Amino acid sequence: MPDASKIMISIQQVGKTYNKGKVQALSNINLEVATGELFGLIGPDGAGKTTLFRILATLLQPDSGTATVNGNDVVRDYKAIRSTIGYMPGKFSLYQDLTILENLEFYAAVFGTTIAENYEQIKPIYSQIEPFKHRRAGQLSGGMKQKLALSCALVHKPELLLLDEPTTGVDPVSRQEFWEMLQLLKESGLTIVVSTPYMDEARLCDRIALIQKGNILSINTPQGITDSYAENLYAVRSDEMYRLINDLRTLTGVSTCYAFGEYAHVAEHTAIGLKKEDIQAFLLKKEHKNIEINRTPATIEDCFIALMKE
Amino acid sequence: MSKKTIITTQNLTRTFGTFTAVDAISFEVYEGEIFGFLGANGAGKTTAMKMLSGLLSPSSGEATVVGCDVYKQAEAIKRQIGYMSQRFSLYEDLTVDENIQLFGSIYGVKKKELADKTEILLDQLEFKDQRKTLVGALPLGWKQKLSFSVAMIHEPRLVFLDEPTGGVDPITRRQFWEMIYAASAKGATIFVTTHYMDEAEYCNRVSIMVDGKIAALDTPKNLKKQFDASDMNDVFLKLASTSKIRAI
Repeated sequence: MPDASKIMISIQQVGKTYNKGKVQALSNINLEVATGELFGLIGPDGAGKTTLFRILATLLQPDSGTATVNGNDVVRDYKAIRSTIGYMPGKFSLYQDLTILENLEFYAAVFGTTIAENYEQIKPIYSQIEPFKHRRAGQLSGGMKQKLALSCALVHKPELLLLDEPTTGVDPVSRQEFWEMLQLLKESGLTIVVSTPYMDEARLCDRIALIQKGNILSINTPQGITDSYAENLYAVRSDEMYRLINDLRTLTGVSTCYAFGEYAHVAEHTAIGLKKEDIQAFLLKKEHKNIEINRTPATIEDCFIALMKE
Repeated sequence: MSKKTIITTQNLTRTFGTFTAVDAISFEVYEGEIFGFLGANGAGKTTAMKMLSGLLSPSSGEATVVGCDVYKQAEAIKRQIGYMSQRFSLYEDLTVDENIQLFGSIYGVKKKELADKTEILLDQLEFKDQRKTLVGALPLGWKQKLSFSVAMIHEPRLVFLDEPTGGVDPITRRQFWEMIYAASAKGATIFVTTHYMDEAEYCNRVSIMVDGKIAALDTPKNLKKQFDASDMNDVFLKLASTSKIRAI
């Protein structure tokens, strides 16, 4: 738990429903983010990530519970919060008919500032697209749009940056570049909350919350989450992946079996104590070829799957 | 025995004004394989996929898909393939059942056959209790599984899947791939794009587009060997960094 004097976000028992209570978007969320942290909300579509962002950005009120940003209440002190946060929604929401420069000038003006005044803040990102500043936003590549959106979210020098799924639908190279930019911003002292459905990005955060269907499954450092994985995990391979998965699921002692790249990850009930030799013998009997079995450390995705099953 | 091809292209090209989106690509896809079609955003994947599915006319070059010419027999191609777009394309205001009936009829599946298929499909998806549910109310992962089943309702020999698993939870994402495996085991050819590199490993062969060209094409195993890479993510990063367009 972060030091109380350095808390940027505090969320207590926050709940939110839609459709007259029929859809529970968030249920009793408790969460704290320290100043200067790079915090990840990791979960699939429908987990409640956007709802949480909209509450923190004061665009939506919670049904129950309280949330504060830098000591300001999201309902009562919404005006104070709005000038100190930068919010980048999931959908590209800049003006397609305005140029890079015009978009940036517009956002600066809305917050009563200028590009010149906060140039140092946006420089690490903006300098990459500055040579094209007279190009219209609608004509930019995905990566450039992202850099522009991030520059616009930073131009009023916020203390907190809220990024809602900035890398969804983005290829691995652009995703890597984006995370490098976030590291640069973190080094400047900014507090960043970022959401993503890509579990491999979790390890780039200081701490993460795994979130699913409006509930937080776990909050910890990425290492802390993978360390607390309770079962034995094997990475298994043979020449026929699909048959391998189906066969392994019938083996006594196997709790789950899912494909993970070129291997199948087999989680095993520690109570039963299935050994590598047992799996080997079972697969040989099933006439699998080129079998490979190794103990493997759990990834964030293994942990997520295990927590979903609980 | 030579493998039967279901897609063959020769110097297939598409330009938009002065921009060459797809630059003389030549490759083959074999009947029954799971073919991964990868590339960075803007590399030309969607344009290529549109040409192969009869939705966009090429500027030059040749392509034959399910035995039909892409210039002269685009309509015949559309009837014989399945297509699942990256953006969910079922009708949100119709129920699960109504969507199946609608798409089944559009693809000319006979009434009796469609009724039988609907039961089997709902059973496999464990959707029986949801048949009267509006599709808009389903979680994304369920929608994507339903969407795939609907794309397969007329039993196409070839199906195009454009980023089918984006944003889907880890278990449903894997269940989706198990549906792909099952369709492939029955003989369907799967042509799929994804940004999840672990999913590239599940394909029989993978192509990677860079700047409108196919920069590499092989089995995941051979690609990793060729690029001295530990996994497909590494292969992708090495290839995509050769792009001239994305220099900025």
